[in-house]
Amino acid sequence: MDESKIALRDVEMRFGDVVALHSTNLQIGAGQTTVLIGPSGCGKSTILRLIIGLLTPTSGAVEFEGKLVSQRNILALRRRMGYVIQDGGLFPHLTAAQNVTLMARHLQPTVPEDAIQTKLDELCELTRFPQEGLARYAVELSGGQRQRVSLMRALALDPDVLLLDEPLGALDPMVRASLQTELKEIFSSLGKTVILVTHDMAEAGYIGDSIVLMQEGRILQQGTLDDLRERPADDFVSEFITAQRSLVQL
Amino acid sequence: MKRQQEPTGRRQSIPRFMHHVSRFMFHALSALLLICILLSADAQTIGVGSKRFTESYVLGEIAKKLLEEAGYRVELKQGMGGTIIVWEALKNGDIAMYPDYTGTIQETILKLATPVTSEQMRSALTEHGIGMAGELGFNNTYAFAMRRAHSDSLNIHKISDLQDHPNLNVGFTHEFLERADGWTPLSQRYGLQLKPRGMEHALAYVALNNGEIDLMDAYSTDAKLAEYDLTVLEDDLHFFPKYNAVFLYRLDADPAAIDAIHKLEGTIDEGLMTRLNAEAERTKDFAAAASLYFSEVEHRTVEVASESFVSKLARWIGRHLMLVGISMAIAILVSIPLGIRASRPGILSQVIIGVPGVMQTVPSLALLALLVPVPMLGISPTTAIVALFLYSLLPIVRNTATGLQNIPTPLRESAAALGLEPTAQLTKVYLPMASRTILAGVKTSTIINVGTATLAALIGAGGLGEPIISGLALNDAKVILQGAIPAALLAILVQVCFDALDRLIIPRGLRLEATAQQAAAGE
Repeated sequence: MDESKIALRDVEMRFGDVVALHSTNLQIGAGQTTVLIGPSGCGKSTILRLIIGLLTPTSGAVEFEGKLVSQRNILALRRRMGYVIQDGGLFPHLTAAQNVTLMARHLQPTVPEDAIQTKLDELCELTRFPQEGLARYAVELSGGQRQRVSLMRALALDPDVLLLDEPLGALDPMVRASLQTELKEIFSSLGKTVILVTHDMAEAGYIGDSIVLMQEGRILQQGTLDDLRERPADDFVSEFITAQRSLVQL
Repeated sequence: MKRQQEPTGRRQSIPRFMHHVSRFMFHALSALLLICILLSADAQTIGVGSKRFTESYVLGEIAKKLLEEAGYRVELKQGMGGTIIVWEALKNGDIAMYPDYTGTIQETILKLATPVTSEQMRSALTEHGIGMAGELGFNNTYAFAMRRAHSDSLNIHKISDLQDHPNLNVGFTHEFLERADGWTPLSQRYGLQLKPRGMEHALAYVALNNGEIDLMDAYSTDAKLAEYDLTVLEDDLHFFPKYNAVFLYRLDADPAAIDAIHKLEGTIDEGLMTRLNAEAERTKDFAAAASLYFSEVEHRTVEVASESFVSKLARWIGRHLMLVGISMAIAILVSIPLGIRASRPGILSQVIIGVPGVMQTVPSLALLALLVPVPMLGISPTTAIVALFLYSLLPIVRNTATGLQNIPTPLRESAAALGLEPTAQLTKVYLPMASRTILAGVKTSTIINVGTATLAALIGAGGLGEPIISGLALNDAKVILQGAIPAALLAILVQVCFDALDRLIIPRGLRLEATAQQAAAGE
């Protein structure tokens, strides 16, 4: 039907009487970085959680490569997706290395140590995470380091898709800026399908190939930063963009 | 390369440890089963019970010696409890005989309102499969005792004199307060307005002597009546029935064993029994009192073996550890899965947490008494283990459920999003993360268990409660401390062992996290 990696077809999500997502259609292009943006509670994280099966839609269908995402295939699909959340979601009882290699060892208990080490070296280099940090626990790492480890864990099984839910949201501005640069490089070098949730328009414009602007459970507009800036679908879109003025404009 | 080896090893140490634990539990359970089979296979062993006061202990020792001379191996279960517990044990076959009193048999066991002849009593007992040997020769009836100086000053010499003194401080045994031929009908017959409170018999003597109470119930052969120079009030309305001492035995017991017990008939009068009781209290050794019986009645010296202290202590501690170990092992195996289930929302979870909670509110003594009549349990270590197991559930179930519930949602979702199956989420993420809380529950449970296990001695299951209960019967703090001090030390030892176990089981990352949180809280 189309070349989208992931598609939402008339997906609605309700929690009791509360509608988190009104009937929504969305196509995520393969190999693209799509950014979901909007104010808090607009439904952007709900979309990520629907895609990785942490939520089941009230109605409609989520498709992965044209196939319906269901309880039957969700385990296999999750292993083809990496998921990174705001404060990393690292398991505190495991070291950085154990967090990263948890799934690989679980799926293949006899995996040779050499292969594990090679993978760790490769991921450390990609995410610029220091080797000596691998033996540390989450509590011994800085916020930025935790996000790097979380990204390594998401990439450990070499997934097709990366889902990032405000991965830089809890970091201070300096770390955040440098990680934005690195993420952009990593995404373009890996060529994976990436969906990133943020509320920062500058981050969205810098990293995203396509931006999906949402408000109160609805998609208002999808397009490039220029599309949104020059051809806003409605007043909210232009308000949202101008509200996030940069220092340069001040 | 090398750097990676160490954390990997640590990660695997948890399942490996659990494997060792479960293997240990399996061996422990098999060993217990084997012991039970061996014990039940020995036909020459005969069980003798006694109630929880000096005289019953002494009669138990005398019966033991007679049966041993008749060629039996005797398992003497001293101080099993009150009438109902020992009677149930006799009916269940946990013991083959024990000494009791005709008044008690009539009122408490047969529940007959009016006195009956020995023949009527025998035929009523036969319906329960129980026989009654002839009277030993003394009447140990209830008596009311006061300090002599006090009773003289108030001019109280008969029970009816108490009518004019409703404000006396009265301490009665719980059994006397509750039994059908006890306080309630007596107060009605004599028209007494006293307000008694319940207390342990041996402690009541101390309280009376110290002036904390003014009146107590006593047994007419108590050595303490003479020792403390107490006045025994006359039962002027003849309320108390005769409490002639007899041995009750199972009709299916070995005939030669029953013959041996019949030898005691008519050999002990009130004077002798009081002396035997005094000897037991003086020497703190019931076996010594039994020796005195044989020298006075049969004019022969009999070596009634009294065990050395070290060997007794080793036996108590060994049994105590067995009771705690087995009950805890089963409790852990049962509670953790229950706790895992209870960590999910729903009614069933509330039931799983609620039932052990209710269990905790049943007084441990009452739980033991309730379990004794259950088929297959009776007066045995098994009953004690079942009771201890039931008491140990709550802290582990609750802590397992709480530990799992406290795992933050983002971490749960991260585990799911990785593509771990629900079982793997539990074993690789949730349980290790909850290990600190779960272990704290196991620790609490074990320490409570070490303390509660002292009550096992009440149903003849042994352990460090044995000296505590004999000490109460003898009213001897030294004997009580022989059990209380090792039990306290054991609890401390358990604490130390668990602190060491913390380091072994709780992943280092969680310990670092806790330290960091403490540091943050201290700022």
